[in-house]
Amino acid sequence: MSESSRDRRGVLAEEASFRGEPVQLLTPDGRRRSHPDVVVGMDDGEILAAYRDMVLVRRFDEEATALQRQGELGLWVSSLGQEATQVATARALRSQDVVFPTYREHGIAWCRGIDPVAVLGPFRGISHGGWDPREHGVHLYTLVIGAQTLHATGYAMGVQRDGAVGTGDPTRDTAVLAYFGDGASSEGDVSEALGHAAVFNAPVVFVCQNNQWAISVPAERQSRVPLHRRSQGFGFPGLRVDGNDLLAVHAVTTAALDRARAGDGPTLIEAFTYRMAAHTTSDDPTRYRSEAEVEQWRGRDPVARVERYLVDRGLADEDSLAAVRAEGDALAERIRRECTALPDPDPETMFEHVYRDPHPLVAEERSWFAAYRASFLDDEVGG
Amino acid sequence: MSAPGAADRTEARRPTELTLVKAINAGLRAALERDRTVLVMGEDVGRLGGVFRVTDGLQKDFGEDRVVDTPLAESGLIGTAIGLALRGYRPICEIQFDGFVYPAFDQIVSQLAKMPYRSRGALRLPVVIRIPYGGGIGAVEHHSESPEAYFAHTAGLRVVTCATPEDGYWMVQQAVESDDPVVVLEPKRRYWESAPVDVTAAPVPLHRARVVRSGRLVTIVCYGPTVRTALDAAAAAGAEGIGVEVVDLRSLSPLDVATVEESVRRTGRLVVVHEAPVFLGLGAELAARVTERCFHDLEAPVLRVGGFHLPYPPARMEDAYLPDLDRVLDAVDRVLAF
Ligand SMILES: Cc1ncc(C[n+]2csc(CCOP(=O)(O)OP(=O)(O)O)c2C)c(N)n1
Ligand SMILES: [Mg+2]
Repeated sequence: MSESSRDRRGVLAEEASFRGEPVQLLTPDGRRRSHPDVVVGMDDGEILAAYRDMVLVRRFDEEATALQRQGELGLWVSSLGQEATQVATARALRSQDVVFPTYREHGIAWCRGIDPVAVLGPFRGISHGGWDPREHGVHLYTLVIGAQTLHATGYAMGVQRDGAVGTGDPTRDTAVLAYFGDGASSEGDVSEALGHAAVFNAPVVFVCQNNQWAISVPAERQSRVPLHRRSQGFGFPGLRVDGNDLLAVHAVTTAALDRARAGDGPTLIEAFTYRMAAHTTSDDPTRYRSEAEVEQWRGRDPVARVERYLVDRGLADEDSLAAVRAEGDALAERIRRECTALPDPDPETMFEHVYRDPHPLVAEERSWFAAYRASFLDDEVGG
Repeated sequence: MSAPGAADRTEARRPTELTLVKAINAGLRAALERDRTVLVMGEDVGRLGGVFRVTDGLQKDFGEDRVVDTPLAESGLIGTAIGLALRGYRPICEIQFDGFVYPAFDQIVSQLAKMPYRSRGALRLPVVIRIPYGGGIGAVEHHSESPEAYFAHTAGLRVVTCATPEDGYWMVQQAVESDDPVVVLEPKRRYWESAPVDVTAAPVPLHRARVVRSGRLVTIVCYGPTVRTALDAAAAAGAEGIGVEVVDLRSLSPLDVATVEESVRRTGRLVVVHEAPVFLGLGAELAARVTERCFHDLEAPVLRVGGFHLPYPPARMEDAYLPDLDRVLDAVDRVLAF
């Protein structure tokens, strides 16, 4: 490894990654804190912009939950409480970087310009995807736990083969960001992804959003060591960051992405956060966790923290905060209007895109189906 | 087999109305009570009682050692169940949803199914794998699939599926008593339907099909979630004077072809209904076997009604994908018009 990249590693240096304390730059009461290895990489303008993102994503999430309650969505998976990690990691990306999310990364989708209404598609039951992954550099949500970490690693191996790492050209060098949860860390696919990334030195950054729960199963049932230490055994650095700290997550992700783009290999970031809502709208968390625990984490809220910081620094006041909230309400109003207007797809479209090239069985079944449906219309017309 | 909570015998003798969820729960409870080597394991089965609450209350009553919240790892779940079975335990594993069984595919198909054969009978693997399956609940991707053909295609596995609470109650107990690995498929969209469960009557043998409605003109063979659909279709046809016999297959491997054959010899017409894609599904196997055995009794080719050759579609299209009353009646009409 070159001297310059060694410098860049900073917090990713092995010694630092084992300090155990999560990296924190902004305390829960909104005060700046210094860290020996990590410096804030966002200026005030960027912090304001990221704050706006977090507020809007939260409002989007709140509206989606309401839409589910009213029967407009079949299910919703809330990102409440995880806005800092999602917005900060997304904002650390360059446009050429590519993301492989789980199903909870609405903040990533938002920051990468995916219309929230498109995100709602699968939850409304009208699509399995919702956007073109190539257009946004965000792969489709993956519901099968952990599978996307391998896809991310393979994609990064492709980036490597394309020579798009280590050139020093900031518009060319590319990193891949893979998300997974504390529960997912137990899946074989995730271990295999870490292993592949390590031996191929792939330009991939793994972000484990440890939100403490995998449905009803606590993180202790998945691992006896802090999750960030997993990477050690595979041979690359890992660290734990306060996942509710916008500034810290942004700083460590920036460093890890730089490392990947420079050709220095993968990093595991464990973002220590909390799933404030139920697992999904189908879940009843009162069966397995205490309100006291939730209350404790409410005191570490990622949005309130930045808000306090901004107000204390004179970067925001009641009026400007109210303006962002109003923007959120307008966004929610638009999401609601457009979501409820989304038509059900024509059922015949279910036969599309099964294959790229013609397939006689699909064609046969499709024409049978069309004729079968038409027979009902004939019945109606003929009385 | 003893009844659950058999303290009050007179109470137990009267069939109780139970949902399928509650009936399977009672079956699991009975299995845990009867045999100390029985374990229940899976994701969220303990504290939460499973995402469908099928294991509700079991951890509280039988402890964390016997009702185990596992890490989130299906290969790990089935692989360790194999190890536990090698050590003399009888694990009942819950796969949370049909679409999440595939990470365990190697452990099921290459390990669990083959180990007894490889050891020439020295090893037995009484592992039960419960899988909520099928569509119709408006779910997101991977939560509505019908993977039965993969397992029925695999020698070494037994595969059964319940259509009623009573079968739900008994099948899981019969499965755990089998010394072979058994996949028990539970039709999740029927989980909340209730019916009387007689816990004292002798259960139907695990691998026996059952005629659930008799009729003279057409036989419908169905299983799991489509039994209700077929019965509704048979009632509608019956109202028009068309006698439709309905056979609930119950066991997908082995197949009770004799019961099907006996019915088809009388009706001369067979329609097979399942949610899984028609192509290379159970219906294909039944069509072949019935044709081989009853060729001269058949008045029409065997027809199949099922899913199409595509990934399970988004929920708002599933009504068009799933065989419903109209699709079944359409096949009944066609098999009669032949
Ligand atoms: C392979 C697989 N097994 C099981 C499930 C069911 N399931 C959905 S989410 C979930 C818990 C995931 O926990 P975690 O990885 O911590 O992510 P979180 O939901 O907390 O963001 C489970 C078990 C699944 N989607 N995929
Ligand atoms: Mg989690």
